[in-house]
Amino acid sequence: MDFRELAIESLSTLALNKLRTGLAILGIIIGIGSVIALVSLGQASQKAVESQIQSLGSNLLTVMPGSAQSGGVRGAAGARTTLTFNDAKDIENSPAITAVKNVSPEYSGRAQVVAGRNNTNTSVMGVTPLYAQVRKIETAFGNFITERDVTAQTRVAVLGPAATADLFGEGINPVGQAVRINGQTLRVIGVTVSKGGSGFQNQDDVIYVPLTIAQKQLFGVNYLSTISLEAESEEVMVQAQNQVGYLLLQRHKLSDPQEADFSIFSQQDILETASQVTGTFTALLSGVAAISLLVGGIGIMNVMLVTVTERTREIGLRKALGAKKKVIITQFLSESVILTFTGGLFGIILGVLISFLFSVFMSFAFVVSLNSIFLAFVVSAAIGIIFGWYPARKAANLEPIEALRYE
Amino acid sequence: MSKTYKIGELETVALADVSFEIKKGEFVAIMGPSGSGKSTLMHILGALDKPSSGKYFLDGENMAGLSDDELAEVRNKKIGFIFQAYNLLPRTTALKNVMLPMVYADITADERRRRAEMYLEMVGLKDRFFHTSNQLSGGQQQRVAIARGLVMNPSILLADEPTGNIASAQAAEIMEIFRKLNREGHTIIMITHEADIAEYAKRIIHLKDGHIASDGNGHRRRKI
Repeated sequence: MDFRELAIESLSTLALNKLRTGLAILGIIIGIGSVIALVSLGQASQKAVESQIQSLGSNLLTVMPGSAQSGGVRGAAGARTTLTFNDAKDIENSPAITAVKNVSPEYSGRAQVVAGRNNTNTSVMGVTPLYAQVRKIETAFGNFITERDVTAQTRVAVLGPAATADLFGEGINPVGQAVRINGQTLRVIGVTVSKGGSGFQNQDDVIYVPLTIAQKQLFGVNYLSTISLEAESEEVMVQAQNQVGYLLLQRHKLSDPQEADFSIFSQQDILETASQVTGTFTALLSGVAAISLLVGGIGIMNVMLVTVTERTREIGLRKALGAKKKVIITQFLSESVILTFTGGLFGIILGVLISFLFSVFMSFAFVVSLNSIFLAFVVSAAIGIIFGWYPARKAANLEPIEALRYE
Repeated sequence: MSKTYKIGELETVALADVSFEIKKGEFVAIMGPSGSGKSTLMHILGALDKPSSGKYFLDGENMAGLSDDELAEVRNKKIGFIFQAYNLLPRTTALKNVMLPMVYADITADERRRRAEMYLEMVGLKDRFFHTSNQLSGGQQQRVAIARGLVMNPSILLADEPTGNIASAQAAEIMEIFRKLNREGHTIIMITHEADIAEYAKRIIHLKDGHIASDGNGHRRRKI
């Protein structure tokens, strides 16, 4: 019996009990489908995080104040108030620092912002003009904050596109309008181009104001929340990190780097942490999906065992007519592999469809790797062989006389 | 040869020192009441089972030393089975049922088809090729089974109560086919408990309690 004949024979046998065959296949469809869907969702979110972080610029270093420490209790990172505008000025002017091109001191806080009848809670960033260079920000309307705005404490604001939409409506040019932040009225002088992102990491839901306005008028602080640094090139990132680190230790009169009251991250560091997190999630979800695949496999085994019992007489007859063990095993294995393979095929279609729907409705990237499809095929065939093996062997080892007598 | 079954501590003797020889071209009926060991004998003769002691030679070859797969090959090539319950594949056409033994002998699909049609014609089912088993009457099903038994051109045609499930008019038809096959040179061993069916055979072996009670010519009430 050649391969084609075997396949036709198995298919016609499986077609005899369509409901049972369908239910057995369904288990595999769900298993393979969820593996494909979850793996591609994981890859999509990984991609989203990567592209978001890369859009910030790959030469970017961020200086953050360290965690506040009182007694033996360590607080949240960034809670210290030791980073000042003078630190930023020194980094810019010190002759010891050769690897840094631009320095952008920043203060960010959250505030309720009102424009006419609308209001929104958004992130307010106090920045200097260099922020636009370091973070690669462009304006769609109007201009960004200027050096003069910072030194003269001009009451102006530049809105991100999401904040514009919240306060003035979609597609409206708000330049010249007024917004109120913490009781202060600021004039809108520009709107930035969208940088993408969503949820908590939405880089468009932000309002930029001059650093001095943020510190003195809006939040009443004299420290910085971060200093962004643009390195001369990607190659000197580590050098820049070290130069700035030593300078700040010196300025803060600390001799032991272990006691540093700040930390310096590169985008690479953040990217690695973020992909580690999404990677763990993907692995976890895939693990859950793999369990459902296992359950599907057990379903196949169950159905095959029922089939073997039901067809005991037929098996006995086939053996009496000269079928060798190998032939019987091949026959039953081919049935279970056809079951799982069909399930795998439809499962792949289902999984791709799910991730497509996610990409449409949840604005995820649509990523389906050929690897995971190929793997799904291999796995579904393997499940057919592994879970079909025991029933097939049971069939092949039936004694022909016993099997013929079986009622 | 002998055959003993062990169920727990209990030993049951199904065949006790049975010895006989059947020559090529014979038509033998094995008779006996139920429990006389005739089914056991038929299983051993059909290479479905092995004797506990003693030897069974088929075409000069000792069956005792063969593995399961070798016995399967013997059944495929040398023995044509005809069962009381026909044992056709359900929901499968007559043609496919007859082709089944040839599938296991690696005969090409075209040759299988040709031979199956030839033997189905021989048993008078020319117009029933594509009927499935459940669309055929008992007599027709048994004739399909006979065609299946003959299709590998076996050394022995082994029939176990071939008329057990069939109306008597059709039973006579089946026996006429057997007689014709025997005249053409086929060796036929038939197990039955019906005396009038056994009388179609040329030689009758009576079994009783695992022993041969008598072995001799049939009554030849009907002329052969």
